[in-house]
Amino acid sequence: MIPAGFDYHAPRSVADAVKLLGELGPEAKLLAGGHSLLPMMKLRFAEPGHLVDLGRIAELRGISEAGKEIRIGAMTTEHELLRSKLLAEKVPLLVEGAGWIADPQVRYKGTIGGDISHGDPANDQPALMLALEASFVLTGPKGERVVKADGYFLGLYSTQLAEDEILTQIRIPLPAPGSGWSYQKLKRKTGDFATAATAVMLQMKGKSVASVAIALTNAGPTVLKARDAEAYLKGKAIDDASLNEAARLAMKICQPTPDQRGDAEYKVAMCGEMTRRALQAAHARAKG
Amino acid sequence: MATAKKVSFKLNGKPVEVTVEPRELLIHSLRERLAHTGPHIGCETSHCGACTVDLNEMSVKACTVLTVQCEGAEITTIEGLEQGGALHALQQAFHEEHGLQCGYCTPGMITRAYRLLKENPNPSEQDIRSGISGNLCRCTGYQNIVKAVQSAAKKLAAAG
Ligand SMILES: Cc1cc2nc3c(=O)[nH]c(=O)nc-3n(C[C@H](O)[C@H](O)[C@H](O)COP(=O)(O)OP(=O)(O)OC[C@H]3O[C@@H](n4cnc5c(N)ncnc54)[C@H](O)[C@@H]3O)c2cc1C
Ligand code: FES
Ligand code: FES
Repeated sequence: MIPAGFDYHAPRSVADAVKLLGELGPEAKLLAGGHSLLPMMKLRFAEPGHLVDLGRIAELRGISEAGKEIRIGAMTTEHELLRSKLLAEKVPLLVEGAGWIADPQVRYKGTIGGDISHGDPANDQPALMLALEASFVLTGPKGERVVKADGYFLGLYSTQLAEDEILTQIRIPLPAPGSGWSYQKLKRKTGDFATAATAVMLQMKGKSVASVAIALTNAGPTVLKARDAEAYLKGKAIDDASLNEAARLAMKICQPTPDQRGDAEYKVAMCGEMTRRALQAAHARAKG
Repeated sequence: MATAKKVSFKLNGKPVEVTVEPRELLIHSLRERLAHTGPHIGCETSHCGACTVDLNEMSVKACTVLTVQCEGAEITTIEGLEQGGALHALQQAFHEEHGLQCGYCTPGMITRAYRLLKENPNPSEQDIRSGISGNLCRCTGYQNIVKAVQSAAKKLAAAG
């Protein structure tokens, strides 16, 4: 299985990459870790005429703290997220989530930017980004714009990214001290995509929920934010009754595609269960 | 349409150069141009890990990397683990602990375990199991593979 022919470009800066994208037009595709794109090209589901490899652009890598946010270069790999002490301390949800993605070899190559950009509802990063209230820096010929993760994912293989833009950086506001977190993912084996998965960030005030973000992986054409469940939980205690109701509200918005992982009814039920478990685990970790 | 590219990298410490179409996968350059048939082709779909090589200190599936991405890289394959005629501790341990049956997965398995032990010289059984979870073995049931990696870890630690 060998991809169809293409020309290969390896720019050294974001500016050069943007220029190349503009010159080459719609025939060009960005290559990040290649672990979604190359398999699709091998199967001839994608046949770009040009690949613009972002792999040689040093400014697209790295994890740093800047003021009240964490900044992650789009070409930072899942492996690097997993091993980051800064993230383990400040944004542990991202470390937990990255550990659920694919397998060790794929994580050495797969990038956070590629996982966000690919547009498959089974990708795990979009739900983590929604739960963490991340923003994305998009760089194009007219410069940079910053857009919120919430609202970025429009549908299957469809995001707000324009054809001449590159996702260059991910910005995550530092979670409030004492926040609880969890990513619960049901999969059949290592390297499998989610049958259902839920990301939760939770802040408690005494016994009641001060704020909560809930996002669902592979439960519809794109990542879903469980807004009704979030609104319902605000001000409530976390107990069996509220967990059941939150899970029910999350299940109500699910429209999973039946496949070899299960039929729609099963997947919706599993989404409810992952939501319940993620809320429980986040609650156990929250201090407030 | 596609312009062929010259690509230079180090393979098991030796500089090599190949001229390839951009679409050529690293596994094919290694096996068909550079006569390194240690890395195997199992699934061709990024799932089995039989094609695992060490690329710039990362375990990667050579069926899912383009050769043109490897300009300037340092690549180690199973052929590069033996030193001066002596098997690497992992190779010796796979032999002693019966860590293989048909052997098809073995080059990928050992190359992956090599990087795992570099990053985590004293892994728990769970660390080993999750560390090699990108490599499928259809024969052994993994028990003896885990034992072999544990035994090699001890030997390497003792050797300092
Ligand atoms: C065996 C296997 C198991 C996997 N399991 C999982 C899993 O459980 N969960 C999961 O989430 N993923 C999984 N994946 C997918 C993997 O995580 C991919 O690496 C990821 O989806 C894409 O990231 P990439 O860096 O490899 O991007 P690429 O494959 O290089 O690119 C993907 C797409 O995004 C575009 N793109 C990439 N970077 C940018 C950018 N900076 N700006 C704009 N567009 C960009 C590309 O043009 C392309 O269209 C798996 C893959 C394999 C092979
Ligand atoms: S042949 Fe590369 S992962 Fe199976
Ligand atoms: S020994 Fe046969 S596949 Fe592993």
